[in-house]
Amino acid sequence: MTAPHTFVVLVENKPGVLNRVASLFRRRNYNIHSLNVGTTQDPRVSRMTIVVQTTPEKAPLIEANLYKLVNVIDVQDVTDRPTVRRELALIKVRAPQGMRTEIINLASVFRANIVDATPETMTIEVTGTPEKVDSLIEMLGAADVVEVVRTGVLAMTRGTIEGARHLPGAGGR
Amino acid sequence: MPPRMTGARMLWESLIREGVEVVFGYPGGSIMPVYDALLDYPQVRHVLTRHEQGAAHAADAYARVLRDQGKVGVAMATSGPGATNLTTGIATAFMDSSPVVFITGQVSAEYLGTDAFQETDVTGVTLPITKHNFLVTRAEDIPRVVREAFYIARTGRPGPVLIDLCKNAQNDEADFVWPTEVQLPGYRPPTRADEAALAEATRLLAEAQRPVILAGQGVLMSGAMPELRALAEKADIPVAMTLLGLGSLPLTHPLALGMMGMHGEYFVNMAIQHADLLIALGMRFDDRVTGRLEAYAPHARKIHVEVDPAEINKNVPVDVALLGDLKTVLRQWLPRVAEAQHPAWRAQIQAWREDTRQHDVVQKARRNGRGPLRGAEVIQRIWETTANDDVIIATGVGQHQMWTAQYYRFPQPYRLVTSGGLGTMGFGLPAGVGAAVAHPDKEVWVIEGDGGFQMTQAEMATAVQEGLNIKIVILNNNYLGMVRQWQELFYERRYSAVLLHNPDFVKLADAHGIPARRVTERREVDAALAFAREQQGPVLLEFRVPPEDNVFPMVTTSDPLHEMIRRPEEEPHVERADWAGAAP
Repeated sequence: MTAPHTFVVLVENKPGVLNRVASLFRRRNYNIHSLNVGTTQDPRVSRMTIVVQTTPEKAPLIEANLYKLVNVIDVQDVTDRPTVRRELALIKVRAPQGMRTEIINLASVFRANIVDATPETMTIEVTGTPEKVDSLIEMLGAADVVEVVRTGVLAMTRGTIEGARHLPGAGGR
Repeated sequence: MPPRMTGARMLWESLIREGVEVVFGYPGGSIMPVYDALLDYPQVRHVLTRHEQGAAHAADAYARVLRDQGKVGVAMATSGPGATNLTTGIATAFMDSSPVVFITGQVSAEYLGTDAFQETDVTGVTLPITKHNFLVTRAEDIPRVVREAFYIARTGRPGPVLIDLCKNAQNDEADFVWPTEVQLPGYRPPTRADEAALAEATRLLAEAQRPVILAGQGVLMSGAMPELRALAEKADIPVAMTLLGLGSLPLTHPLALGMMGMHGEYFVNMAIQHADLLIALGMRFDDRVTGRLEAYAPHARKIHVEVDPAEINKNVPVDVALLGDLKTVLRQWLPRVAEAQHPAWRAQIQAWREDTRQHDVVQKARRNGRGPLRGAEVIQRIWETTANDDVIIATGVGQHQMWTAQYYRFPQPYRLVTSGGLGTMGFGLPAGVGAAVAHPDKEVWVIEGDGGFQMTQAEMATAVQEGLNIKIVILNNNYLGMVRQWQELFYERRYSAVLLHNPDFVKLADAHGIPARRVTERREVDAALAFAREQQGPVLLEFRVPPEDNVFPMVTTSDPLHEMIRRPEEEPHVERADWAGAAP
C-alpha cells in the first residue's frame, strides 16, 4: 500500500543540487507529491521537505538513494515521528455580494485571512496541515473556487535539540 | 607564496598529485589549453585513441586491472561531440562501479547556455550516469575539484566522476593551492558493520546447513580475496560468483563453484536454489543472476554485505545487511564465525556437478575430434594454452563473452575485463588497450565477436601506435550471435537484422600492419595460438565458428533460476562456418 512519506533533506547550498534531487526521483520512478526547498540558519545549507507517494518497503531505498548524492548532507524520514507539518495555500473564490459574509466567516473558522478582494473575487490565505487546507477548499466548493496554489508541506520534528538537523560540525549532531 | 599558473597547468599538477601516469584521450577546440600544457608534463603518458568511446573504455579497463594498486583511470575529451562520445563509456563504468575520472572541455563560462559552437550541457547529460560531476568555471577551483573527484571515484562504491572544465578556467591564471584534505560533508560511505547486525549474521550462519557465498565484484574492488577465502574455508561454504566476481576465488579451489545466473552452470544455480543461506558479498542481485525474482532461492535466508546502502532490499529482500567496506566487514566478522563442515551439502553439489559434466558437449566434441570447430572450444584451448602465464582477458558482449566466462578458468583477480551491467558491445578492443597500457609486461587477449569488434575496430590503430601486446581473437559466426540465439529460441527462428556480411578481417589487420591468421579447422588452432604468442605487439586471429551455435545452459528471463535450458545430451548438429554468404 502506498502512502505519503515525508523526508527532511539537508543539502549543500550549491547550484544544480535541486536538479540532482529531482533527477534522482525521476530516474528511480519515485512519485513526488510535493517538494519544498529553502534556506536555513546556515548559509551553506538548504533544506528540502519532500513528500513522496510510496510503500514502507521502498521508503528506506529512497532515503539511501538520497544519501548517495554527494551534495546531500542529511536525510530523515519523519513520516512516523511527531512532527509539525505546515503548508500555506492561497485560494481565490468567486465572491458575489450575497456570499461575502459567509466566506469571511468560513475563513475565520479556519483562522485564515482574506488577503485580497475585488468586486468579483476574494483571495484567502490559509496555513496549516494539508488536511486542514483540504477541508477549507472543500468547504469553499460551494462558493466556487477559481484558483488554488499550495506550497506543499514544510516539516520539522517536534521537541528540542535532540533530532534537530544541522550541518555536521555546526552543532547539534 | 603559492605558485601562480594557468588552470591548464593546475589540472596537470593536480592529476600528477593524484598519481596519474596515463591519460586516454582525444583533443579538440575546448580542451586545447590542457593539451598545450600537456607538452610540459612529459612524465604523463597520453594515449590517443581513435574515438572518445575508446578512451573511456580504455580508462575503465586500466582502472579495473590496477584496482589492487588503487589506480583511477582518466579519460579526456573536448566539449560537445567529444563529450557525448564518451557517454557510452561513462555509463559502462557507472554500471560496473569502475573508478574513472572523465575530464571534458567546455565553452568559456560567458558562453554557457548560449548554444555556442560544440556546447553541450555535459553535466546535465551525465548526471544519471556518474557518481558525481562538476562544472568548473574558475581556474582557482581546479585543484579542489580534482582532489574531490578522485576521492569520490575511488572510495565507497567506486564509480565515474566527470569534471567539465570551461575554457576560460583553463586559460586564466590563479594561485595553485593543493588542498590538504577533502571537505565533503555529505559524502560518508559506510565503513564498518554494526555489532547487532554482525551478531545476527553470525547466528544465521551457525544455523545454516546448506550455505552458499555469492561473490561479486565488490570482493575485487575491496581487495577482500583473502577474507573471502578465509570465510569459505572456515565455515565450509561453497562460493558462486557473478560475471564480474570471477577471479575472486580461483576456480581450482575446492569450494569454488563458478559463475551463477543466466548462463551459469547447472550445478551452480542448483546450489543457489537449494541453499538455506546465501551470503552475498559485494553483489547486487542483478536480474541476470536471479532469474525470476519471486522464485529466487526460496529456501534461503540472506545476508547482504555491501558498501552501498541503496542496494539493500532493492531486488531481493534480505534478513541481515552488513553495511561497510567488504574487507573491513569480513575482518570484523571472521573471528566470530565458527568452524563448520557441511559434507552432505558438498556431496549434493558434487552430484549436480557430475551431472553437469555429462552435458559438456564441447569437451565431447574435442575428445571425438568431430564436427566443426566451435567458439567455446577456442576459448577452452586459449585457457589451456595460457593457464600458467597470468594473462589478462578483455571481452566484448555476447556469446563469445559468455563462453569466455564459462570456459576460461580465471585463476586470479583483476584478469577478466568485461562489461557486465551495461553489456556494451565493442568494449573488448579498447578495454584491451587500457589493460595493455596498465600491464605492459603481460599478454592481453581480446576476445570479441565479429559484430562487436566492428563497433570499435578503429582502436587497432591505437594498439599499433602504442606498440601494445594485444592478441585479438575474433569468433566470427557472421551473425550477431546472441541476438540470433534469442531470435531462434524466443522468436521462432525469425532472424531479423542479425546477418553480417563482414570485411576480410585478416586483410583489415594487414592494412594496420598487424600480423593475422584465419582459422577454420580444429587442427589449426594450436599453431595459430602459438603464432599469436610469438608476436610482440598486436596480432589478430579470426576463428570461423558455426553460425548457429548457442550458449547453454540458459535461464530465460521469466523462469526460475533452476529451470534451465541445458546443453543438449548429444552434440547438436551445427553447420560449418564456411557457408554461403560468408566473406572469404
